[in-house]
Amino acid sequence: MERKKITKGFWIKLVSVPVLMFFFAYAMVPIYDVLCDLTGFNGKTGTVETEKQYQINEEREVTVSFFASTSSGFPVQFAPKVTSMEVIPGKFYNMSYIAKNTTDEVIFGQAIPSVAPTDAALHFKKLECFCFVKQEFQPGEEVEMALRFVVEPEMAEWIKDVSLSYNFYKLDS
Amino acid sequence: MSSTTAAAAHDDHHHGPEKGLLRWVKTTNHKDIGTLYLWFSFAMLLVGGAFAMGIRSELLQPGLQLFEPQFYNQLTTMHGLIMVFGAIMPAFVGLANWLIPMMVGAPDMALPRMNNWSFWILPFAGTILLSTFFMEGGAPAFGWTFYAPLSTTFAPDSTDFFIFAIHLLGFSSIMGAINIIATVLNMKAPEMRLMDMPLFVWTWLITSFLLIGAMPVLAGAVTMMLTDRNFGTAFFDATGGGDPVMFQHIFWFFGHPEVYIMILPAFGIISHIIPTFARKPLFGYSSMVYATASIAFLSYIVWAHHMFLTGMPVAGELYFMYATMLIAVPTGVKVFNWVATMWKGSMSFETPMLWALSFVFLFTIGGFSGLMLGIAPADIQYHDTYFVVAHFHYVLVTGALWGIIAAVFYWLPKWTGKMYNERLAKVHFWIAMISVNVTFFPQHFIGLAGMPRRIPDYALQFADFNFISSIGSFAFGLSFLLFTYILVDCIRNGKPAVARPWESAKGLEWTLAAPVAYHTFDEPPTRAEILAESQHS
Amino acid sequence: MKLFLTITSAIAALLGPRSAFAEYTLNMTKGITDLSQDIYWLHMMAFWVCVGIGVVVFGAMFYSIIAHRKSKGAKAAHFHESTTVEFIWTGIPILILIAMAIPASKTLIDIEVLEKADMTIKVTGIQWKWQYDYPEEGISFVSNLAQSSRDVIKASPEEREAVHKESDYLRSVDNHLVLPVDTTVRFLITSNDVIHNWWVPAFGVKQDANPGFINDAWAKPNEIGTYRGQCAELCGKDHGFMPIVVDVVSKADYAAWVESKQAEKVAELASATQEWTEADLVARGEEVYNANCSGCHQKDGSGIPGVFPAMIGSEVTNGPADYQIGMVLNGLRGMPAFKMLSDTDIASVITYERRSFGNNGSVVQPSDVTSAR
Repeated sequence: MERKKITKGFWIKLVSVPVLMFFFAYAMVPIYDVLCDLTGFNGKTGTVETEKQYQINEEREVTVSFFASTSSGFPVQFAPKVTSMEVIPGKFYNMSYIAKNTTDEVIFGQAIPSVAPTDAALHFKKLECFCFVKQEFQPGEEVEMALRFVVEPEMAEWIKDVSLSYNFYKLDS
Repeated sequence: MSSTTAAAAHDDHHHGPEKGLLRWVKTTNHKDIGTLYLWFSFAMLLVGGAFAMGIRSELLQPGLQLFEPQFYNQLTTMHGLIMVFGAIMPAFVGLANWLIPMMVGAPDMALPRMNNWSFWILPFAGTILLSTFFMEGGAPAFGWTFYAPLSTTFAPDSTDFFIFAIHLLGFSSIMGAINIIATVLNMKAPEMRLMDMPLFVWTWLITSFLLIGAMPVLAGAVTMMLTDRNFGTAFFDATGGGDPVMFQHIFWFFGHPEVYIMILPAFGIISHIIPTFARKPLFGYSSMVYATASIAFLSYIVWAHHMFLTGMPVAGELYFMYATMLIAVPTGVKVFNWVATMWKGSMSFETPMLWALSFVFLFTIGGFSGLMLGIAPADIQYHDTYFVVAHFHYVLVTGALWGIIAAVFYWLPKWTGKMYNERLAKVHFWIAMISVNVTFFPQHFIGLAGMPRRIPDYALQFADFNFISSIGSFAFGLSFLLFTYILVDCIRNGKPAVARPWESAKGLEWTLAAPVAYHTFDEPPTRAEILAESQHS
Repeated sequence: MKLFLTITSAIAALLGPRSAFAEYTLNMTKGITDLSQDIYWLHMMAFWVCVGIGVVVFGAMFYSIIAHRKSKGAKAAHFHESTTVEFIWTGIPILILIAMAIPASKTLIDIEVLEKADMTIKVTGIQWKWQYDYPEEGISFVSNLAQSSRDVIKASPEEREAVHKESDYLRSVDNHLVLPVDTTVRFLITSNDVIHNWWVPAFGVKQDANPGFINDAWAKPNEIGTYRGQCAELCGKDHGFMPIVVDVVSKADYAAWVESKQAEKVAELASATQEWTEADLVARGEEVYNANCSGCHQKDGSGIPGVFPAMIGSEVTNGPADYQIGMVLNGLRGMPAFKMLSDTDIASVITYERRSFGNNGSVVQPSDVTSAR
């Protein structure tokens, strides 16, 4: 019997697999972001556009604690105004962070939020946040940066403590 | 008719092998290329083993006697990289090259010239990788798993060469896998159906699909590292909007299939050896094929069991725990089938059988620690300790490496036409068997006692088992010198072997003369010949 | 036989001096929290299931090896498949796995789903130390590998054993984390640089410290005592040298400790307003340097060429003090920020660096650091 001849179609199909998988690796980047937004994986918080009305249970209380970190080379003091607050899920709250530029140069920075536990991140929504935009700090300036947030009632009942942390890092401009 | 006589006149369009060293550079012959891969992987095994001797020497006693911590981290990193990419993977590719064409009745691989390139990339890539030791900042020191940002922002200059070497190694593997798939699906004897194929061919076919799916993802990950390091991207840097945990997702999406890439061919080898020396057909041929395919499929959906402690939500942890535990089922089926093959057989214990039986025993122990590791809450205490180190050395050394060594003793008479020294080989087996367990079994205890991995020095309560483990490792290392002697002695002085030295061996390769002719199966085998040699009774 | 005895007695002789600390710990710790004990139970359950399966499978295998041997005249049977048998040995393992998965799931949910925390601690991994912050109490400090361990890493075994008697070699730190017993403590874990991992086996707590993100874990220690752990994620050169020590004390002792730390802080602030002599600054600075800086810059200030700059003849230590103060406070590229150290500590270590290693830089007072913040 004659040996099989390998068709061009076979090669195309075969070689396309590693090629597509290479691009899949890159596709994993946006897929990861989408999945994080959908599920709150890795503490990625979400935003809310307006002051939504939620079903509020006045009996339920959650303690939200606030933390601040700065990256190496970011010469701005950064701390929460209060270390924690009791919130009722569904209500909007204001809070702020204080930042002080102790150098004599203008410093630009970006804050990245992170929420723990991961199951809470999905339901921690910010209406206004200084982390939405790049911040500019004048030399010697101390500023109060505002944050308005809500912990959605859809968040699992077992979560009693939520922590929000910001990490500020330096931008060149 | 297959060319069964070595002295037969060659076809007019074939030439014999070239003379001299250039033969090895230019060869497109699957047997030569198989030999090149095997010798290369053996050399890399010795290099990686030397690094291991360094590691275990430092860990012999508490305190730092030999190395600075950063150099120690380079040793552990390079030990892992060399063993995975330089020793185990090329050895299996070498076995594939030698055996697959003969086992399916094909004259050679589908793409003989690409086959040559696939091999010759390896010494080039290996040299680049090893040369990083001599660069400023030293060799990669971030573990063979090279997590960001330790491997991006905080890594030495040599990292870019490391990335280049990984690209080359991956490219070689992908080309090899393409060659194997094309060969098996298209060039097997026309009268050979898929379910007539021997298990080694099946496991390698499935492994090749794992390779073409997983290796490109590794290439993507290291390319992202490269641009993060040099071109201002921030895939893995939180300060740029990236995420170091995403690196781990991408890496382990490759990494978990990778470890199955390193074991499935060994499963195939064991499925050849046990039936031969039990003088009984392989039990459950079909379920062995389906089990292998299930393991391969499952290997793609369990990756985050390496990431239980990264901050995963509960649902994710539960899913990955269940999926991981599930892999035990098809793996267990294979082990049971091997035992059922032995059962009521008529066993003899030549060297290949000793290695194969020892594989079943010790790999299964590695599988047990793997099952324990998959239990996510328990992993809290196991993760990144020597318990994990013990697990993967059991499955990779007494699993993958044992399979390779078993294959070498089993098919060496076919490749060389000579018998190795059986008595000496048995002595070697027992030294290796005992010393490997003295080396790795105590590591379970050290891990449970709380010693993390990748540390050059440790608290005194870990001293005793570390001492025992190191002594075992020195004996194990030395045993490879004996192994080298046995191989060289066989090739030079071995007694002539018959075509089928193992009386109950089945497979088309055993119908060929020993040593095999340079070109074989110019004419495909007949259906009768195929059926006579089939494992699928 | 003689050779065998020689070898074993040689090994025994080598093991001998070790026997003072002979520890052949075979198993995981049960720990002192409910969760650590649940984990231990799961581990033992999985272990015994594996032993059971192993006994059956290896039993069959070794029986076969002995009984079904050609040399014993065994004749090979010919059976080679059985769908029934395949179903059985697929089905039974699935049932065993389900049985294991149920308690495992329950424990996993217990771990993730934490009760309301009584207190919170922020844990920050830094190459190669831990920083602990008590936000409600206003306490913050860094925890380094103890100098006593550091001193004997390259010493003789006897010196190391002497240190180990006093305080666990490589598992001792200068500043312990102190927690009250029977209190639910929530840990927020993060990193300033690379991925670290905070692990205290006795608590059953192990969690990655990811840079830029926070993870949480929790523990409710049930017993007073001192518990030790280590960093469990490769984080660079001194990954093996950044241990964790936690003192779990009575609630009364904890309250007293908090007060003393707060008083210390007040005293530090006061000392920062004073003028210090160069000798005092250098003496204190040497301690601070050895604990915090020597890991990278080396004890003798020689650094590691191409990786960590040397102190000796450095432009920074010999140049303007302001620049060095800013660099130490805020960090710069590979150098982490040390703003968590007190003004006095920072001033002393900078002065030590500027006045030692053959350098001729200026003295820096604590007040200089205060004004730079």
